[in-house]
Amino acid sequence: MRSFANLFLSLDETNKTNEKVKVLKDYFNSVPDTDKMHMLALFAGRKPKRQINSTLVRKWAIEASNIPAWLFEESYHVVGDLAETMALLMPLHSGNSSKTLTEWIAEINNLSDKTEEGKKIWLLESWAMLDSSERFVFNKLLTGSFRVGVSQNLVIKALSEISGIEAATLTHRIMGNWMPETYSYAQLMQDQNPSDDVSRPYPFFLAYPIQETSEKQKSAAELKIALGDESGWQAEWKWDGIRAQLIKRGGKIFIWSRGEDLATDKFPELHPFLNALPDGTVLDGELLSFKNGLPLPFNVLQTRIGRKNLSKKILEESPVAVIAYDCLECNGEDIRYKQQWERRQILEQLQAATPYPELFRLSALIQFSNWEELGRMRERSREMIAEGIMLKRKDASYQVGRKRGDWWKWKIDPLSVDAVMIYAQKGHGRRADLYTDYTFAVWDGDKLVPFAKAYSGLTDAEINKVDYFIKRNTLEKFGPVRTVKPELVFEIGFEGINRSARHKSGIALRFPRILRWRQDKPKEEADTLDSLRALLGE
Amino acid sequence: MAKKPLLEFTGKGIYCAQGKFYIDPWKPVDDAVITHAHADHAYPGNKHYLAHQHSKEVLFYRLGDISLQTVPYGETVMKNGVQISLHPAGHVIGSAQVRVEYQGEIWVVSGDYKVENDGVSAPFEPVRCHHFISECTFGMPVYQWKPQAAIFNEINAWWRHNAQQGLATVLVGYSLGKAQRILQNLDLSIGKVYTHGVIENTNEALRRNGIILNDTERITPESVKEEVRSGLILAPPSSVGTSWMRKFQPYSFGYCSGWMAIRGAKRRRAADRGFVLSDHADWDGLISAIDATGCESVYLTHGYTATFARYLNEIGFDAHEVHTLYGDDEAPFEAPQEENESDDTGPVKKVSPPIGGGDLGGAGEEVS
Repeated sequence: MRSFANLFLSLDETNKTNEKVKVLKDYFNSVPDTDKMHMLALFAGRKPKRQINSTLVRKWAIEASNIPAWLFEESYHVVGDLAETMALLMPLHSGNSSKTLTEWIAEINNLSDKTEEGKKIWLLESWAMLDSSERFVFNKLLTGSFRVGVSQNLVIKALSEISGIEAATLTHRIMGNWMPETYSYAQLMQDQNPSDDVSRPYPFFLAYPIQETSEKQKSAAELKIALGDESGWQAEWKWDGIRAQLIKRGGKIFIWSRGEDLATDKFPELHPFLNALPDGTVLDGELLSFKNGLPLPFNVLQTRIGRKNLSKKILEESPVAVIAYDCLECNGEDIRYKQQWERRQILEQLQAATPYPELFRLSALIQFSNWEELGRMRERSREMIAEGIMLKRKDASYQVGRKRGDWWKWKIDPLSVDAVMIYAQKGHGRRADLYTDYTFAVWDGDKLVPFAKAYSGLTDAEINKVDYFIKRNTLEKFGPVRTVKPELVFEIGFEGINRSARHKSGIALRFPRILRWRQDKPKEEADTLDSLRALLGE
Repeated sequence: MAKKPLLEFTGKGIYCAQGKFYIDPWKPVDDAVITHAHADHAYPGNKHYLAHQHSKEVLFYRLGDISLQTVPYGETVMKNGVQISLHPAGHVIGSAQVRVEYQGEIWVVSGDYKVENDGVSAPFEPVRCHHFISECTFGMPVYQWKPQAAIFNEINAWWRHNAQQGLATVLVGYSLGKAQRILQNLDLSIGKVYTHGVIENTNEALRRNGIILNDTERITPESVKEEVRSGLILAPPSSVGTSWMRKFQPYSFGYCSGWMAIRGAKRRRAADRGFVLSDHADWDGLISAIDATGCESVYLTHGYTATFARYLNEIGFDAHEVHTLYGDDEAPFEAPQEENESDDTGPVKKVSPPIGGGDLGGAGEEVS
């Protein structure tokens, strides 16, 4: 565990990519193979199962720190990270445990057999043998909230440099269903046939925004400069659903969402169409709710995502279909190397053969003769229940991860309103102890009605100024939330707007964020609830 | 009728009506007693100043030609029948707690303090009193300092590593206090210590005051870059991200502050290394210092005052928060600054708007 804690510290100590890769390589070269696989699993976002619920972990941490519960909560708001708070609050001492990461994870996994009292004894003893940096990563393992400041790509890069195996190959090998307990480092490094594991998805190819980091979308004229001649490109609507990979191999079917969650059981209505596909087929597409042949807004789909049990009612109100836009495997052959137009032909043939055309839909190609014309089509995205347009180079292969060059998203400009900040809460991670999470309101007569929360969009310098304002203009405190004197006005952007019975304002926004701080506007000039309702387009 | 307390909190600072003097006033007054020479405690514009003798040259350097009386620790000065004496606060060189006594009633104003002996400042001494006015910049239990020897081992090891890798070492800490504490605890067998002009001016003032410091070399436009890069460069927070610092590339840049204890704050700073080295007392330090005064009541000025006061009351102290002195409860680092360097630099200081006296102007109410 000492090496794993040191890995964390060292990664924190540099902002430079090359040094991070070096730190990762040093780690891989110094730990046992089983530790490597556990580390890989954690950095790829596979959390160990939570064996003690966080209420109990908190309770015992409060006991071990010898402070009142309220002070523990206050400390948590200052630190902004539960695992770190617990690590900092316990008495300082130097650790004396030599257990490896693998051994600790095995102990954690064995906790399910223990009684509550047994778990408590184990936890207090464990904390007492770790130093504060070890305690921090240990708490992260225990609470299953493992987010690291290092992308999976960097970890793969380090492994690739050590092993000489291509990064894309390694990325593929660690997708899908594997457990660090049973998938060994030797297996990972061995030449293997991808179909060894029939469930394994391919890494998704992700598009870059055409405007890169700017909030402002590109014009048709700028597009011509950036992408060149129209004839080299195909255009589709950018659908607002759940990106998914659908697999039929060895008579079995699998649906993977973008977060590498196996979601097969969540979409039972798709099973007949998947079962009817030829063996050795992998499709890439978007899952959307459809009714009467038309896609429904994302919030309809959202109502069923989190559900454990899909009731008949939900299935009726939010029936799902696939809009497929790519084919990655055909007759058991990995065809990602083929050109976009060739894969499109294969996809169209597969679709033409399906007995379930209502479930297996094609993402239609948008016909256009020049960028200006496509630009005008883009203005109609909202009518199509789309977020904009996808541009794909006709000769593009299907690549790994987010890459510039061959796939671009050309989104519609966000909708926006000017709103007044009324509540604030402290942020987490690098925004710990700063007020960065805000609630915004619009006018309804002479009252301000909250309608959206947003966390992002300001620069660090602006955050500091807003934080300074909040600390001096707090009207009331409710636990971690402060009611702030209504004064600051912000332009809030969002992708979509829908009615909602769950919100006080009666509306729900999709992807709200701060576009800019309107320091020029007094609060009286912020928008009204009526102006928001007008955007509902009803 | 309740007796008027000996010290009261006013819109100008901590005031002793009986003695007709202020302690660390932030608006100009006739008679000011200064705990230490940091900018948020020693403001310009007062007619007369009283401070510790080791603050003398630094105060002249920072405030110009002022009317200043200096005294050693423990010596009594009388003002209108009120006894005043200064006692070591351990915060920076020349920092003092101010003890005020009149007719048997004793108040102590801590200024800023730390309880660990840093080997440079006169070590903190608890002073028995009835009423203690304490800072609590780090008054949260998540702040627990390791002994400074452990931190300097980290710093020296980092310097040595950089030297081997051909990287310049830039270490940032504010110029009065942190810079000298670092300087006196470095392993000088690794190399020479070079200083930013702001730090060297402070070093020179301290040397004029008879303080013995290790050798340093001021960086000037004539300095040979390659020589400077081979040593350790001591720089103030205001130099971070400037072209002055960039000219030493490639370098590794370390930041010394208590705020570095929290991972989020450290990441916000985007320093290569954050060293948890503070000139303020940590949680246990604050509690032990307050306890050692034997005080009947404690007033908390700046830091996490609300939380700390609540906790102290729960464990049996009579604690009060003083809202308006030296900024808000959670923002000890936003006090008005010269070069952002006079206090332990908090995560958001760089853009803090100046408070001036304005925000504090309404703070005339008394606390007792």
